Amino acid sequence: MSVFPSQAMTRAEAERLLDAFVAAGATRVECDILLPAETLLDLYGEDIRARAFITDGPGGTEALLRPDFTVPVVQKHMGSGGGTARYAYAGKVFRRQTDDPHRPSEYYQAGFELFGGDDPDAADAEVFTLFHDLLAPLQPRIVTGDTGLLTAAVRGLTTSDRRKRALLRHIWRPRRFRSLIGRYAGRLPVPTHRKALLEAADPLTAAGPAIGLRGRAEVAARIEWLRSDAAEPPISATEVELVNDLLGLEGSAIQALQRLRDLNVDLPAIGTAVDAMARRLEALDARGIDPASVDFETSHGRSSMEYYDGFVFSFLLPGRPDLPPLATGGRYDALARLLGGGRAQPAVGGVIRPALSLIEREGTA
Amino acid sequence: MIKIGVPSKGRLMEKTFTWFGERGLPMARDGSEREYSGAVENHDHLALVLLSASEIPRELSAGRIHLGVTGSDLVRDTLPAWDEEVEELAQMGFGHADLVIAVPQFWVDVDSLDDLDAVCAAFRRRHGFRLRIATKYHRLVRDYLRYHGVADYQLVDSQGATEGTVRNETAEAIADITSTGETLRANHLKMLSDGPVLASQATLYRARNADWSDATRVELARLKEQLGLQDAR
Repeated sequence: MSVFPSQAMTRAEAERLLDAFVAAGATRVECDILLPAETLLDLYGEDIRARAFITDGPGGTEALLRPDFTVPVVQKHMGSGGGTARYAYAGKVFRRQTDDPHRPSEYYQAGFELFGGDDPDAADAEVFTLFHDLLAPLQPRIVTGDTGLLTAAVRGLTTSDRRKRALLRHIWRPRRFRSLIGRYAGRLPVPTHRKALLEAADPLTAAGPAIGLRGRAEVAARIEWLRSDAAEPPISATEVELVNDLLGLEGSAIQALQRLRDLNVDLPAIGTAVDAMARRLEALDARGIDPASVDFETSHGRSSMEYYDGFVFSFLLPGRPDLPPLATGGRYDALARLLGGGRAQPAVGGVIRPALSLIEREGTA
Repeated sequence: MIKIGVPSKGRLMEKTFTWFGERGLPMARDGSEREYSGAVENHDHLALVLLSASEIPRELSAGRIHLGVTGSDLVRDTLPAWDEEVEELAQMGFGHADLVIAVPQFWVDVDSLDDLDAVCAAFRRRHGFRLRIATKYHRLVRDYLRYHGVADYQLVDSQGATEGTVRNETAEAIADITSTGETLRANHLKMLSDGPVLASQATLYRARNADWSDATRVELARLKEQLGLQDAR
């Protein structure tokens, strides 16, 4: 089991990476360590309390120690007028490790973000190439993915908007997604309670006193919703199979692209995303990265990288499944738009963990 | 000298004493009602430390007691990596209580966690804030809901009288310990059908970080034999 490098060495490595990002055209930014909790609570919900250190902030509000730089960097960018820009940063982030107390609660990150531009596939390739070239000496295992393919496939299903919204809500929760699509395909039996509820003429009579803020009208509205949903035709088994094929797709990027083109024939909705992937791979090729040397998994990052909504990538230390990824990144347009108050804001970026790049360079076993 | 932490009052204390007594280790408090010490008859090398059941997990974690009796719900919620800090020696067969999620009975459209998740999403859209679940078991409930893919809720702290929070509109649902379900029913609440978050009972734990010298290890082995516990693990 390797020993993590000292703080001084890690900080020096973070600065080295930061210099490389600046040399690639980024403006260096500094961010506060203590942030208002509200923004992240709104974005991520209760889960953030398990991941971040929350404390009392100024004026009786809650504050937290930055779990990453994304939110403050996006906010800085929006505050300076938006547009096209490249930023780089390095510093500590703070994560509560409730699942594994042996993982560090604070560690260095060095990151790069690219906002704006009118050619997202070229931007994806630019960021990916930057990380690829910087980390190449460490010979990492490289995996890429594309959440956009999955969301496009869901939007293309032959079913109601309501059902699509419910599925999209659970894109990042594989188990819920699977059981929900199974329910919609009529594969899972309707639970007894649900059946009884739908068959009852007036389920709310004799239901007991209406206590609490959620009122009778809300319960009645949901019962109506459930009745309409039950009357909908099931999603076809063929479509479910296609979605499963898409979810399970993995191989080299070249093989994956071929398989995706095949799937596209039966899933026309993914066409735009597949074309984008092809353009991205061409851009990589033009920058000297062989697409056959990069792995692709549609589901990559699906349960751990939930704010990325398009291209995603990870660089992993070979033979070290016990360690977190050396670097991760991807496109997060939807998050950037949310933080920007609804203004469209293309955004793609990534972070490196300097401590891990040092471990690999020192060849510690 | 092995220190055993046991609950200092109520049925939990009585049943703990009975359990040990049935296995040849009669326990009793010594001193007055207000003193928190006790002893095991004819076993001078065992010291009883009476503590509140909720303090026992931390005392075990710190290794200030060698053994302790408390609810498994308290250990699992208080200690993040509980399995690394304590070892379960025996489930004692009393103090049964389930940690359950409960919602108003009149929510006839809610029976499962799937329903709760859908209701959370709709509630947030309608009310502009996340549905509140009142509980004192933050870690357990959050981990359970995350595992089952329930999102869009918030936990509000409730250290007592949790069943009343829905009627008082300080929460929309609760997660609390129940044994018969009586209190829930009396407060017009019902459990979800998925089963409990955790089925808890009084458990005898060994503190991994206590001072285990050769002498105390020998004493422990003899104690385990007397209590009829296998040397598993």
